[in-house]
Amino acid sequence: MVAAAFFYLFASVTVAAAFMVIASKNPVHAVLFLILAFVNSAGLFVLLGAEFLAMILIVVYVGAVAVLFLFVVMMLDVDFAELRAGFLRYLPFGGLIGIIMLIELILVLGAWTIAPGVVDVVATPAPTAADVTNTEALGRVLYTKYVYFFEAAGMILLTAMVGAIVLTLRHKEGVKRQDIGEQVARNPETSIEIKQVESGKGI
Amino acid sequence: MVEFWTTYGLPTAIIVAQSAAMLVSLLLIVAYLLYADRKIWAAVQLRRGPNVVGPWGLLQSFADMLKFVFKEVVIPSGANKGVFLLAPLVSTVLALSAWAVIPVNAGWVVADLNVGILYVFAISSLEVYGVIMGGWASNSKYPFLGALRSAAQMVSYEVSIGFVIITVLLCVGSLNLTDIVLAQKGEWGLLNWFWLPLFPMFVIFFISALAETNRPPFDLPEAESELVAGFMVEYSSTPYMLFMLGEYVAITLMCALMTILFLGGWLPPVDVAPFNWVPGIVWFLLKVFLLFFMFAMVKAIVPRYRYDQLMRLGWKVFLPLSLFMVVAVASVLYAFDLAP
Amino acid sequence: MNELLLDYLPVVIFIAVSAIIAGALMLAPFLIAVKNPDSEKVSAYECGFAAFDDARMKFDVRFYLVAILFIIFDLEVAFLFPWAVAFKEVGALGFWSVMVFLAVLTIGFIYEWRKGALEWD
Repeated sequence: MVAAAFFYLFASVTVAAAFMVIASKNPVHAVLFLILAFVNSAGLFVLLGAEFLAMILIVVYVGAVAVLFLFVVMMLDVDFAELRAGFLRYLPFGGLIGIIMLIELILVLGAWTIAPGVVDVVATPAPTAADVTNTEALGRVLYTKYVYFFEAAGMILLTAMVGAIVLTLRHKEGVKRQDIGEQVARNPETSIEIKQVESGKGI
Repeated sequence: MVEFWTTYGLPTAIIVAQSAAMLVSLLLIVAYLLYADRKIWAAVQLRRGPNVVGPWGLLQSFADMLKFVFKEVVIPSGANKGVFLLAPLVSTVLALSAWAVIPVNAGWVVADLNVGILYVFAISSLEVYGVIMGGWASNSKYPFLGALRSAAQMVSYEVSIGFVIITVLLCVGSLNLTDIVLAQKGEWGLLNWFWLPLFPMFVIFFISALAETNRPPFDLPEAESELVAGFMVEYSSTPYMLFMLGEYVAITLMCALMTILFLGGWLPPVDVAPFNWVPGIVWFLLKVFLLFFMFAMVKAIVPRYRYDQLMRLGWKVFLPLSLFMVVAVASVLYAFDLAP
Repeated sequence: MNELLLDYLPVVIFIAVSAIIAGALMLAPFLIAVKNPDSEKVSAYECGFAAFDDARMKFDVRFYLVAILFIIFDLEVAFLFPWAVAFKEVGALGFWSVMVFLAVLTIGFIYEWRKGALEWD
């Protein structure tokens, strides 16, 4: 009963927050609502018994991805009044794309069939938490049975890293950098010059 | 009705009482850690520190709290009011809520989660929000720059903390914080704790914890000489106090986490007669205080880093070093079949 | 309600209690402290004169790069958690698959370093 109550709480807050993401005028508020939706989805994961996924959802999506979103919308200085001014002009075209998307979604849902094996899989009870924890169960298969997917994930991360650098890295000209090796390598012979100055004359 | 009370009401009431007891004692300890911080800082600089309110100034923190409560809350006219007031709440509630899974003695924990360490890691990765929200909502230049610096700094050191936690987990084989402490139990006492085999990781974690909690020498987000008070410039009264409280609770949390990961939690340093009579909570607190003393000494002694040096240390020293240590620890465990 | 969820109930209650404590502290000055704002008091803090323009401005793209790199390394750490827990069970295949994974990302890290993405200027 308590679990059901929490399910309805998390589910309704998730849906409401997700709606507010697209409905709120201020983009920063939209990102904050997105974070609320993520946290509540993590709650739903916990209710399903997937505690590892719940925590990873918070670490990765709320702790990292949403920080980047917040960075972008808070500090990119986008003039939203100007963006909204073009709203009517883009309405017909945007509406057309929206309708096409809707039709495609309906087609996908209409043609959806459930594979015959799935029913059996859902019917088998999940292993209880007492024998093996959620994280360990995941670890046992991720690095052995699904090793190709795991390595593919590594490759995707590498691509993302290279892509981010190619897109955003711009070196400024004329920046003085600290070179610690050079600083440490300095010694009195190379950095001090002793001069005998005759009295009454400058250097 | 009676049945409802015994199945739901009573357990809930017990949990509420436990949580309240934990939080109140935590806040009391934090009040005295704040006082200790100021006293240690003063002693290093040959000053007296707070010594007026109560004997030896022992009630100083409580006097400060009362004063904060009676001050006016100034909300800047250009600020986004909701986010402005939400930010300190977020930073304090997050810092406090991580304590739900910290075991202070064998079995003394509010929630013994299977994924305890991941929960703490998740909460500590969220602490950046209080800072960003506060800095943005103030709509003022110093807070904005402070928030920007702070966010980049906190995320940079988060990565090394993650790798350090992985090396400890490799030696334990469980995400449960109680299991992590018990894995350090052995006949050698304090030589069995992970600080010795994983000493470089202990050092990296300590320094990253300083950066993660915006403590000196990494207090660039609130560097007085550059940014006045960083993201807290526009705050006053209890919203300001909540930021400070959140910061000190987070520092205490980091000390507790280091105690659990590297210093054997509540285990006595030598497992023989006079030492193992002492309750575990005393050992736990002693270790936390020792680490906090080191935090305070670092604040008093070490000069502030420059921002490029800070980023260099995080990305070019700690990240490769901790990544290498993950591989090294895993290889040793694999080669000698030492994994638990 | 199963055992796993019973573990999480205290967490929810604990967060609620801490929110109540923090909320009470937050609310207190609104109830008992003076409230007497004037236009100077509520203006943004600057060096003695009124602010020239909006405080929110464009800033260096480098901060975004740091955030993106952080996401990637954070994901990498997230991938390692189950491995650390199941280290013994996954055996040689698990060990070497993670080593390859880390090697791939180390290549990315070296690329980053050589490109100067980790320099701060």
